[in-house]
Amino acid sequence: MSVEAREKRQPWILLSPALGAVTLLLLVPLIFIVVYSFWLRSAVGPDIQGFHPDNWQRALTDPFYRYILLNTLKIAAITTFFCAILGYPAAYFITRSSGNKMLLLLLLMLPFWISYIIRTMSWINILGSSGALNTFLLSIGVISSPIQMLYNEATVILGLVHFLLPFMVLNIYVSLDGIDTNLEGAATSLGATRWQAFLQVTLPLSLPGLAAGGLLCFVLGAGTYITPLVLGGPRDAMFANLVFEAIITQLNWPMGSALSLLLLLVLGALVAVYNRFLGMSQLTKGLG
Amino acid sequence: MGWAAIRAYTILVYLFMFLPVAVVVLLSFNQNQFGSFPMTGFSLRWFEALWNNDAVMRAFRTSIVLGLLTALISTTLGVLASLALVRYRVPGKNLITTILIAPILVPEVVLAVALLLFLNWLGIGKSFALLLAGHVIFTLPFVILVVQARLVSIRRDVEEAALSLGASPVQTFFSITLPLLMPAVAAGGLFAFTISFDDITGTLFWKPGGVETVPTQIFSMLRNSISPEINALGTVMIIMTVGLPLLGAAIARSLALKRGV
Repeated sequence: MSVEAREKRQPWILLSPALGAVTLLLLVPLIFIVVYSFWLRSAVGPDIQGFHPDNWQRALTDPFYRYILLNTLKIAAITTFFCAILGYPAAYFITRSSGNKMLLLLLLMLPFWISYIIRTMSWINILGSSGALNTFLLSIGVISSPIQMLYNEATVILGLVHFLLPFMVLNIYVSLDGIDTNLEGAATSLGATRWQAFLQVTLPLSLPGLAAGGLLCFVLGAGTYITPLVLGGPRDAMFANLVFEAIITQLNWPMGSALSLLLLLVLGALVAVYNRFLGMSQLTKGLG
Repeated sequence: MGWAAIRAYTILVYLFMFLPVAVVVLLSFNQNQFGSFPMTGFSLRWFEALWNNDAVMRAFRTSIVLGLLTALISTTLGVLASLALVRYRVPGKNLITTILIAPILVPEVVLAVALLLFLNWLGIGKSFALLLAGHVIFTLPFVILVVQARLVSIRRDVEEAALSLGASPVQTFFSITLPLLMPAVAAGGLFAFTISFDDITGTLFWKPGGVETVPTQIFSMLRNSISPEINALGTVMIIMTVGLPLLGAAIARSLALKRGV
């Protein structure tokens, strides 16, 4: 074999294990559940193969499923909004601070290393009936018995914001850090106030980071089922909880396939719109 | 908004991120018999309780074995793929990169369902093998992104020198490229281990009945009753996933300083 031919083959040999794994463990399984979603669960014995649109019909028309889907999108949107409100000023401060920038960045990375379940359950110590807040309020006499603060939609959102905020801050930071600070200086020297310079120069230039952070928060928030199980009440299920219920509790795998594909389609449409306008490179910048 | 206001706001945001976790660590040393507020004194009783809790120790063993195997496989696949993408001119590079990072573009719940149903159809039901396959596939993109970022900064001329002096490509890889790659390999492996060790979303779908990892153990303890041992377990996990990497980085730095690199 010529040297050139070998040179051409080498990268494919290096790539084949990883590409093989993704194909076999993700791409083919995704196609498989498309097929599976048209099968039917039978009361006894194996699922009935064939082409039955029943699951899809139910997934798309059942008012309960639709309510949960819309509510999930609402929760994800509120979460994303709060992440942006909390995250933007913090990211701006990190970018422009001189002394302890490294420390602030290191601290910002820290939550990524702390388990999601621990960060979620940590709120029980704060808001639970014997948690920090109730203990404090009892001790100063504002309340006479613990108040129930946990297990509602607000605590689900709180938990999600707490979990996703670092993604938002990091993405905005990456974007802000790439902006030439002279631009703001130029704007002010041309007569803009600092606030105007920020609104008309820095903010527009940092929008790609804000969008990337927003997309991550929305998609990760809308795809979770752990936070509602830990911090939500019985009526605070999100769409992924329906998937979990169908697959694990009811063992209705065809229905579970249809529901998880519906979630993928809704969130995938969002990613596709984002990709159309902004491209994927901003996202991987934040991850790398 | 003035600078002082932004600073105060940022401090509050950081407090929001860290205070609840700090409370977990604080309460894990609480002497109080319910393990909740108020703090009545310093005690290691909850850690002792953990040590004597068979279910928790089993979960730890499962998580560590799973994390190590995941790191080993995922890093091997990831390093090979990154080498190809950074070192060679591959046609369709963008498409390949998109395929390789697809596992983090797909919501984890969907990935979990697809993998469970497909492997089950192939005859591999809920098992350790399924858990391992799942953990490998969703840690792979992170390894590839981390390793690629590091690879770009390694210069090629050292390898070319070795090749031109008569070393075979395989010799060059093991005696030149791999040592230069080690920091990237270590970073990728550590990343894969931590992600695997922390995962719960996919794990709850894939784990066989009776097998628990540390996060699923915490999850089931939360559902049964809020036991004070949970805080101690959380503290141990934080030490493992935050403390060990920091320690590793510190050791690597001091070694590098000694060697004068």
